[in-house]
Amino acid sequence: MCDSCGCNVTPGNRHLAYKPVNGGTSAVSVLKKLLAHNDDQAAHNRTHFDTRGILTLNLMSSPGSGKTALLEATIDALKDEFRLAVIEGDLETENDAARIRARGVPAYQITTGSACHLDAHMVHEALHHLDLAGVDILFIENVGNLVCPASFDLGQHRNVTLLSVTEGDDKPAKYPVMFRAADAVVLSKIDLLAVLDDFDPARAESCLRDLASTAPLLQLSARKGLGMAAWYDWLRSELTAQRARVAAGQTVKPAIQPDGAEIHAHAEV
Amino acid sequence: MHELAVCQALVNQTVDIALQNAAQGVAVITLHIGPLSGVEPALLVSAFPLAAAGTVAADAQLVIMPQPVRVRCRTCGADTEATPNRLLCGICGDYHTQLIAGDELLLANLELIT
Repeated sequence: MCDSCGCNVTPGNRHLAYKPVNGGTSAVSVLKKLLAHNDDQAAHNRTHFDTRGILTLNLMSSPGSGKTALLEATIDALKDEFRLAVIEGDLETENDAARIRARGVPAYQITTGSACHLDAHMVHEALHHLDLAGVDILFIENVGNLVCPASFDLGQHRNVTLLSVTEGDDKPAKYPVMFRAADAVVLSKIDLLAVLDDFDPARAESCLRDLASTAPLLQLSARKGLGMAAWYDWLRSELTAQRARVAAGQTVKPAIQPDGAEIHAHAEV
Repeated sequence: MHELAVCQALVNQTVDIALQNAAQGVAVITLHIGPLSGVEPALLVSAFPLAAAGTVAADAQLVIMPQPVRVRCRTCGADTEATPNRLLCGICGDYHTQLIAGDELLLANLELIT
């Protein structure tokens, strides 16, 4: 965080910082993350969650891969165990928030109009409309899109990316930015594997590992109740970890290779 | 297609820095963009005039320095070049690697007209 002492100038970028310029112009070295404003708001949101002991998860996927169905099944299974809340993101309609509220869980719908992703400011605005008292887990269901949501920090602690078996098993290779951002990948609608002979879960996992991802691949069907126990166990272990962090005064961002981030921490002011 | 949002962030930061330096205009804006940043340089270039119109950066030339993708292997320690969807160690082939370059989305340098 330093534009004044020059500590963000590294051997790799020094030639840019001090590049010779024409008369009448002067060069300024900046090295700012272009989404710094969004990141500041996201940090504020994350503090808001941490002070209330809430675990916040960002669900991302293509449209129609089963994010809302996964939430419905999760609410039915866990609503007596934890207090849940949901922020829904779509271009239009209250439909998804209505589905969540019908299950007895508070939900706020963000309609983005034409924006293809949620950003930290939209989530902050939504927080003013949602009673978070006593909430254990807040799910943010992002706009269905495998591209843009991956670039915007919302203040969440973990990213969950869904891949349904009606899509291609090489999706992680086609959308590396999105799948690299996942802390857990859910392979959804596995009950349909019996009638889909062209989707190989092993190939999907191999494409995911090619991205240097160590995220767990959870294979499940929310509609048929297959493989759900591993998903619920993942949620429980993440909530336990979040409570331990809060007790220790720590927080966490989605783990896109934290060591890598540290390595270029100087460049990413 | 969130390049317009990124351009608006870019223009806001550029205008702030130009004001801090009492600049009359911005000649060149240099960005570092890696393939794993999620931003497409060609779309950024086409969105930039829309975001910059009417600001001190309106006539600026946008220069984008593409960044290579590089990984460091946790197993053998080698630093090697990789591709966006194959982040494996170039020496031993292990997937336990960490990205050391390729996800940059940085405003690196401004040439201000003073």
